[in-house]
Amino acid sequence: MRAGIAGWGTYIPRFRISTREIARVWGDDPLRIRDLYLIDEKTVENYDEDAVTMAVEAARRALARAEISPRDVDCVFVGTESKPYAVKPVASILIDALGLRYDVQAVDAEFACKAASDMMLLTALAIEAGRYKHGLVVGSDASQGEPGEHLDYSASAGAVAYVLTGDREKMCAEIEGFYSYCSDTPDFWRRDGSPFPVHGEGFTGEPAYFRHIIAAARGLMEKLGLKPNDFDYVVFHQPNTRFPLRVASVLGFPIDKAKPGIVVDRIGNTYNASALLGLAKVLEIAKPGSRILVVTYGSGAGSNAISLVVTDKIEHKRELADKLSEQLEKKILIDYSMNLRFRKLIKMLHSG
Amino acid sequence: MPDYNVPVPRYWRNIPTYYRLTVSRCRSCGRVYYPPRARCVCGSRDIEQVSLLDACRKFRLAEFTVLHSVSVDFEKQKPLIFGLVKCENPEVSLVSPITDVLNVGDLQSGIELEPVFRVVKRDGSYGIVCYGTKFRIATREVKV
Ligand SMILES: [Zn+2]
Repeated sequence: MRAGIAGWGTYIPRFRISTREIARVWGDDPLRIRDLYLIDEKTVENYDEDAVTMAVEAARRALARAEISPRDVDCVFVGTESKPYAVKPVASILIDALGLRYDVQAVDAEFACKAASDMMLLTALAIEAGRYKHGLVVGSDASQGEPGEHLDYSASAGAVAYVLTGDREKMCAEIEGFYSYCSDTPDFWRRDGSPFPVHGEGFTGEPAYFRHIIAAARGLMEKLGLKPNDFDYVVFHQPNTRFPLRVASVLGFPIDKAKPGIVVDRIGNTYNASALLGLAKVLEIAKPGSRILVVTYGSGAGSNAISLVVTDKIEHKRELADKLSEQLEKKILIDYSMNLRFRKLIKMLHSG
Repeated sequence: MPDYNVPVPRYWRNIPTYYRLTVSRCRSCGRVYYPPRARCVCGSRDIEQVSLLDACRKFRLAEFTVLHSVSVDFEKQKPLIFGLVKCENPEVSLVSPITDVLNVGDLQSGIELEPVFRVVKRDGSYGIVCYGTKFRIATREVKV
């Protein structure tokens, strides 16, 4: 495609909780929990953070790396499943927080953890068609898991943003092609007004995550005439560490190509930001010419497989904003009670 | 009618200040004013609006105060920490909430800060979410 990434930006909250601490509170065996998910810590959004605030921070960093004025952005799209408002967009808040023009296309999209990647592809298509010069896409979530249940060990918070461009002078990774695969698969949902999501019994693994990711990845490789050997890095949606490593091996990728894109072990599942934060982590180390396969996944269910080729602009871009690797180190560990307070999970008569 | 208290028009009018720390800069002498004003001490009325997020590369914490007694709207966010935040070039000082602090001992005068976009207040269960700019300890030191 004549479209690619001009800049990327990442944001994860500074506060973290260990899965050991969560297991302590709920009477689970911490070693069994670690073995089940291979997650050591997850992010916890501060009391004053939400999907909007994290989106703004990630977007500011993406614009800095893109080296364009916010006035040059023609669209702003947000993929999220944890909007603070049921009705009122995140995208319009971004316009004023970032200083974008007002004559932009702006909308939020929802497809569980997949929507941000769809908006990237739609933006790339519009750029290729000559309708936009530059587009901003953000994936941001601060998602809840019911306390004491499976998701309590993984559901976390984070955001990632990409500025897409058709200008080769600005491109640090070109989108080579993509392939989508979706079906009605009830593996995970949250009804309107319900505070926590529900998992479909026995539906989360094979018929959902693995079926859609494998079909999208194979479909893309067939379409582009590429084999697992042609890729230097592979990044998959990361609800835990086991799933992406297993799907890599099913698809015939050596584990060493999948490990650099793993972020879930240190930050948990950031939903719309999950695989795209993994891509950002890879962009922080990839060399010019590297080919990267990214496969996102959203429950309900569907996957986008995207192939990217890194250009020689990559090294220069890295230093232009805070890196994910720096944010991973700059952390403050909290206990479970502070986690409940920050995530507003304590029932109160008066909020504020 | 659901209960909400924040006067929405006033919040909306202040969005440039809240979201991007928009200040007045004198085109004649370069002095910066926050909150914005229409006339410079040099006498000039040639004033432009600029965002401190664009104009300043480096912020430092000059002083701070920790409030344990706060108004009812902020009771769930105790303690509130307010800092005197300074930028040297252009020279500007502002008082701002400091966030992401678990141990007040981590804050020292002179430490480098970075601006962050945060929720200032959620108006009950039905009202608006008010966003604004706060500061926190910088992720990395800015090379100038
Ligand atoms: Zn003046």
